[in-house]
Amino acid sequence: MKVFKCFTMVLMLLAVGSMAVAGTLDEVRAKGVVTAGVNPGVAGFSMPDEKGVWKGLDVDTAKAIAAAVFGDVNKVKYVALTAVQRLPALQSKEVDVLCRNTTATLTRETVNGLNFVHPNYYDGQGFLISNKKKVKTAKGLKGATVCTLPGTTTEMNAADYFRKNAMPWKPVVIESNAELNKAFFAGRCDVLTSDASQLAAVRSVAPNPDDYIILPEIISKEPLAPAVRHGDDQWYDIVNWTVMALIEAEELGITSSNVDEMLKSTDPQIQRFLGVNPGFGKALGLDEKWAYNIIKQVGNYGEIFDRNVGPKTPLKLDRGLNNLWTKGGLMYAIPFR
Amino acid sequence: MKDFKDSAAREKVPFWLDPKKRAILFQLMTFAMVGLLAYYLTSNTLINLEKQSIATGFSFLQKESSFEIGESLIPYSAANTYARALLVGALNTIKVAFIGIVLTIILGTIIGMARLSTNWLLSKLAAIYIEFMQDIPILLQLFFWYAIFYETLPSSQEALNPGAGIYLSNRGVAFTIPEPHPAHLYMLLAFLVGCVIVYLIRRWARKRQEKTGQIFPVFLVSMGILVGFPLLTWWVLGAPLKMNVPKLGGFNFEGGLTVSPEFIALLLGLVLYTAAFVAEVVRAGIQSVSKGQREAAMSIGLRPVPVLNLVILPQALRVIVPPLTSQMLNLTKNSSLAVAIGYPDFVSVANTTINQTGQSIEGVALIMAVYLFFSLSTSVFMNWYNKRVALVER
Repeated sequence: MKVFKCFTMVLMLLAVGSMAVAGTLDEVRAKGVVTAGVNPGVAGFSMPDEKGVWKGLDVDTAKAIAAAVFGDVNKVKYVALTAVQRLPALQSKEVDVLCRNTTATLTRETVNGLNFVHPNYYDGQGFLISNKKKVKTAKGLKGATVCTLPGTTTEMNAADYFRKNAMPWKPVVIESNAELNKAFFAGRCDVLTSDASQLAAVRSVAPNPDDYIILPEIISKEPLAPAVRHGDDQWYDIVNWTVMALIEAEELGITSSNVDEMLKSTDPQIQRFLGVNPGFGKALGLDEKWAYNIIKQVGNYGEIFDRNVGPKTPLKLDRGLNNLWTKGGLMYAIPFR
Repeated sequence: MKDFKDSAAREKVPFWLDPKKRAILFQLMTFAMVGLLAYYLTSNTLINLEKQSIATGFSFLQKESSFEIGESLIPYSAANTYARALLVGALNTIKVAFIGIVLTIILGTIIGMARLSTNWLLSKLAAIYIEFMQDIPILLQLFFWYAIFYETLPSSQEALNPGAGIYLSNRGVAFTIPEPHPAHLYMLLAFLVGCVIVYLIRRWARKRQEKTGQIFPVFLVSMGILVGFPLLTWWVLGAPLKMNVPKLGGFNFEGGLTVSPEFIALLLGLVLYTAAFVAEVVRAGIQSVSKGQREAAMSIGLRPVPVLNLVILPQALRVIVPPLTSQMLNLTKNSSLAVAIGYPDFVSVANTTINQTGQSIEGVALIMAVYLFFSLSTSVFMNWYNKRVALVER
């Protein structure tokens, strides 16, 4: 059935007529919602809760885009996409933006016709393994059976890593996250490989989370970033600067709770950012309150991180690379000037 | 009569009133429309892809695949091309489909016969099996068998050892196999020679029976030749007995032959599911032969086995073969569900290829072409067989 979905998307690709390309922003405004492609289920990034409400870091990024465009976080339509479906879905205009823990790569930006904005999470691929295996380093994985998802950069990274170190291994590639995790917990594989954040998410739902460790080696760079189609610079700018605004707000110390007070701030930087001194909104083709709406309704990057994946959540992830550049991380917003 | 012909020739019928010409015209128009539609779709797609600067064409097949595949019939590594990776996937599909079809026909025939048995218990058991298996979606059955495998069996460190040289664990079934030896090649040759001789003996025996009425024990002699020839070769070449026993390495069994849980689960699921349908096909086929045929055969003194072989089956097969073909095609196509339980079949490998190269149109086209090829070749073979068993009218 996955094949059929893929097939329909291909058909849609075929059918996208030679009609004049209207800007994505106009289309989104006409529809009244931002259609965002999200992961069907990775705790902390995008997953429906028990009431069916989507939660997670990627979901909040999509909400921020809706806040910037409509001033309303609820104007998002979520489309759950598997790893295999996600690129065709964006290419065929089934979604306007992909907020689906997708790694920015050269191939995807060129051959696949996508553009990635500023990453909303810096990740790296690791290995999750049971304590019982008594393996302390990835170099000890010679001959191991490795569970992985299909159609991800993970598959290729793992192959590269084992090839570089001349270690034999056996992949078991299962399409759905749930089935893959079940097989791993039951011992079908020795290790599970994926982005470290996802491993933390998997461990958080393990029958006994303390039985599993993430090996110290991080074998790849995985800048996870929202993506848009080639050829619409305005829409790219809007998505990119939405992510930038989340980071800039944290840098400026603006949070969802103090944003109203900040409107009265005398700091010219904050005045420009929140649209008290207008200009940025018009430049992006948005309301002057766009950044205010994002922060008021979603919060800054730090708030989003803590709420979804931070130390107080089941994922217990450190800020690490995702801290602000002023605190030793990589989150660095280009100046709002 | 002559007058009528002349008047018809004189009175020229306009071509749109001539049914023959009209038919040709309509067919040409339909053909042109389909052609135009195909042209529109192709050119439009190419323009659109170009606009979004998405790569097209099949040149990616020659690039290095850089992903590993869990099981393969031919040597393969991440350094090979996408083309070879896809070939590995196609061979994996053929492997599971071929073994699956053979087992399904055997199991389906047995259950179909059991369904017709006069033994009440046997017949009811077969009926329950058929109803049960037909009614549960195949995908659920696959998940079930796969889960049974990894949930109930122990880890490779504590593998079960049901017979000498066989180890059962959640990593699959490890078998002891003979160490490769040149003698094996000669044994295969001996077997092939045996096949040819058996074929000749059968022809000779049939001719002799037609002439003299004497029956030659073809089956026993054939089995003797097919088993005896390779055994004799093996003995002559020094009876190599060295075995490749699976040993527990760091994580898994090394050496021997390991059959993966994914393959076993997929095979079990496909065979048990499709066999239920085949059983019904077989039952319908046998029931289609009228009772009088059996009674007539019995009354001329034939024993039960020849009755089945010479009278019932040749007539039943005519009814069985066409629907059986469609079941075989179903099994092949259902094998694409493998991606759900991690068996690296063609769809699974093609999915990964699509995702790494981003060329979904080419990828989906390849998937369609490969399944079309599998299905058409199965159909061609079965149609040939169907012609052979079909009623020869004299």
